[in-house]
Amino acid sequence: MRYLPKSESERQEMLASCGLTSLSELYNYLPAEVLLQRPLEIPAGKSEYDIVDYFKQQASQMANGYASFLGAGVYNHFRPVLCDVVVSRGEFLTSYTPYQAEISQGTLTTIFEFQTMVCQLTGMEVANASMYDGSTAVPEAAMMAIRITGRDSVLVAKTVHPEYRQVLQTYTLHQGIPVTEFGYDGETGQLDLVALEAAINEKTAAVIVQSPNFFGCLENVKQVAELVHSNGALLVVVFTEAAALGLIQPPTDADIVVGELQSFAISPSYGGPFAGIIATKEKFIRQIPGRLVGETLDANGNRAYCLTLATREQHIRREKATSNICTNQALVALMATVFMSVYGKQGLRELAEQNLAKAHYLAADLPARFKAPFFNEFVVRTGDPEALNKKLLKKKIIGGLPLGQFYPELADCMLLCATEMTKRKPMDELRKAVQA
Amino acid sequence: MIKKVRRHIVQEEPLLFEISSPGKKAYQLPDLDVPAVDAASVLGSEQVRSEIEGFPEISEVENIRHYTRLSTWNYAIDLGLYPLGSCTMKYNPRINEVVARTEGLAWAHPYQPEELSQGAMQILAILEQYLCECTGMDAITLQPAAGAHGEMTGILLIRKYLESKGNPRKKVLVPDSAHGTNPATAAMVGYDVVSVKSNDHGMIDLAALEAATDKDVAALMVTNPNTIGVFERDIVKAAAILHAKGAQMYMDGANMNALVGISRPGDFGIDVMHMNLHKTFSTPHGGGGPGAGPVAIKKHLEPFLPVPRLKRVRNSWKWDHNKPKSIGKVRAFYGNFGVLVRALAYIMAHGGPGLRNATVDALLNAQFIRKGLEPYFELPVTEPTMHEVVFSHDRQEKFGVKTGDMAKRLIDYGFHAYTTSFPMIVHGAMMMEPTETESKRELELFVDAMISIAKEVEEDPQLVIKAPHLTRTPRVDETAAARKPIVRWKPAS
Ligand SMILES: Cc1ncc(COP(=O)(O)O)c(C=O)c1O
Repeated sequence: MRYLPKSESERQEMLASCGLTSLSELYNYLPAEVLLQRPLEIPAGKSEYDIVDYFKQQASQMANGYASFLGAGVYNHFRPVLCDVVVSRGEFLTSYTPYQAEISQGTLTTIFEFQTMVCQLTGMEVANASMYDGSTAVPEAAMMAIRITGRDSVLVAKTVHPEYRQVLQTYTLHQGIPVTEFGYDGETGQLDLVALEAAINEKTAAVIVQSPNFFGCLENVKQVAELVHSNGALLVVVFTEAAALGLIQPPTDADIVVGELQSFAISPSYGGPFAGIIATKEKFIRQIPGRLVGETLDANGNRAYCLTLATREQHIRREKATSNICTNQALVALMATVFMSVYGKQGLRELAEQNLAKAHYLAADLPARFKAPFFNEFVVRTGDPEALNKKLLKKKIIGGLPLGQFYPELADCMLLCATEMTKRKPMDELRKAVQA
Repeated sequence: MIKKVRRHIVQEEPLLFEISSPGKKAYQLPDLDVPAVDAASVLGSEQVRSEIEGFPEISEVENIRHYTRLSTWNYAIDLGLYPLGSCTMKYNPRINEVVARTEGLAWAHPYQPEELSQGAMQILAILEQYLCECTGMDAITLQPAAGAHGEMTGILLIRKYLESKGNPRKKVLVPDSAHGTNPATAAMVGYDVVSVKSNDHGMIDLAALEAATDKDVAALMVTNPNTIGVFERDIVKAAAILHAKGAQMYMDGANMNALVGISRPGDFGIDVMHMNLHKTFSTPHGGGGPGAGPVAIKKHLEPFLPVPRLKRVRNSWKWDHNKPKSIGKVRAFYGNFGVLVRALAYIMAHGGPGLRNATVDALLNAQFIRKGLEPYFELPVTEPTMHEVVFSHDRQEKFGVKTGDMAKRLIDYGFHAYTTSFPMIVHGAMMMEPTETESKRELELFVDAMISIAKEVEEDPQLVIKAPHLTRTPRVDETAAARKPIVRWKPAS
């Protein structure tokens, strides 16, 4: 077999040097009742050709050649070629977590650059080396806020991604953390400040909001922050569309920022692997979960990097750790790092401006459901969105996300998204179809 | 004698921010085919940011050199044996990278219509089937993103199940040899962690287990083979003890590389387990992730699995969200799909009989290291070795040399360090896992290197204590890093 680098005679020599005569002696001492007495029922090993062919076959049953207006947490952005070139280098691809700093400076340095750029983008002072994704970063932020404030409950806006809220519920349910959702303004599509004011109290550890929110609307983060802070709680700001940060005000008033970097060169890949971030103020550094890279010196006095503040983590603190996270999304975060350095300061802004232009072209004369300003996603009233999507599919267009499944009151609406990849022709077709 | 490596030139490289200069570019956007809009007028000027302060501006050439130079400062499986115990650093087949990038799969949106997602759903369904076959379990969720995430999912399943029986219970038993994620997980799911002592053979102590198991115990989190690399001989009896008290058996499947094709957790009393596809099933570690931590279960836990579930309806796949007893979602969408694709490609390449051969070679390689090093290092647990072997630094400590020192010296010999100081039940642990993808020659070089280090310890302990000597970067000051953490770059003021 091509992944097993031994000839039969080498195997026999090794056996002999171990004082064994047959390979079965390596395991036949296991209790008979636990030994599997038959081969695994999985077809015999296949050639590279057959494997490539199999996955091509499967891929041919996917949405090939369709234009798509789906966003909702996963966005179609161009992936600069360099991103795959870098992550395909074996030195990055096939290395472990950089615990041995002397032979991991490559990975450590890129993580330090990642942490820095995430801070620059979000207006925070500390960012960790990545979380599994945006959705799991949300409960981690909630738990962090609870540790910091000593309070025990959490408020989350209904305009936060519905799946992120579901994940938050799953994580918190058994830790005795009450999570309460508060609504949105039916006219603007922004969170309902009055509802938040009514819900917040001296037990509230964190208020979790998203901007741009799930409807694509920008929230008034400053205003929310004032209310949250005057009640002694922490503000957690979530983002799903990192490209927006090239143009919109970073959430500097937040105490914790969590989000998803999928937009930064990470292919949609049917929902993962992505890379979540968590960032915060320096004063909360000891409560941040996950791995952190810090700067130090080596024995020659040169700048070097290493994993740091490990006493927060499970391998040292066990049941008292800030989180159980161990493996994270390092290579995916590296992709995002390369994306950020390829676009850079100017490119990220131009990219965001193109997204803004495309989405506003698409939205022009469509029946907008909400009034608040939006970046590259917005909600339109379409009548029966499922029926519309069926019609669009015939034109090789995947329409927007019907919102009824998450918001019954918006059953006549869909969420549309346009990015720099969205071409004018399908946009014109979509506009025509909605208006028909 | 150092045989595997010699020194060569290494390129230096500043940080991105230090090679940045205004106006340099590595990008060009496509022509805009719609009218530009003024951000301040559509968003309101208060919503528009000024420039991203400090963000780099670098050319394409400088970008590729930057990352290429940094990459040469890393060790990697592609360079040689990576003997980290418990980590299963095996070869990462490149075809897996190719198939994961197949256009229709890589560009699939998780909300695209099910009728245009059948290929991806079929991949998930087949992988579920193969992993159930490998583990002897009845059903599986592919949603968890890594091992620790799988642990959380599994313990949540147990909690929900016990709740449905009337009482979620209070405690989770964790052997003292367990990985740190186990107790951290149990705490995250609201359980008190009770540590159970291992016996002199590094195994579950049945008497201690029996004494610890009462009606408040929800589960035992067991790792099998355990973190000493030894099969828990009494696993079936342990399961009986837990089951007799209505508790569940959770297995940390991080060590499945020792078992695939030889023994199945579903056949030795396990109710729930996770696997680390980034260990056993060869998906790349990527400098720390991504992974995938599927959780396999026995039938009685199926109603509680995360939503959505795959369902076959009239010859096509559907996502079934209607599972009222489900624990909910543990992450958005369906899991780390791209990692799952790679794992399936790996399973297909080996096939059923091939997977078993791979396991046997993994056992052989660990055995070869044990036999080669036993005369030189203390072996605290002499039970039969499966996929990894754990020595102790007892003999070297007399010379003032610790496990961590020898691990650093190993780097000078051209290898990655082995795992140090874990499991915690072994004093000065030196934990080595070669995996099946090492050649006889590479293993011989490793054994030679370790023997040579053992001699150095006796003849010149300072040489070992001050190692590594040949790396680009000598030892780094981790204490200083933690004392005054600098976790982002700032311009010199
Ligand atoms: C025995 C054991 N359990 C659990 C884990 C955690 O798995 P992961 O890093 O995928 O979260 C590991 C890996 O580091 C491990 O070795």
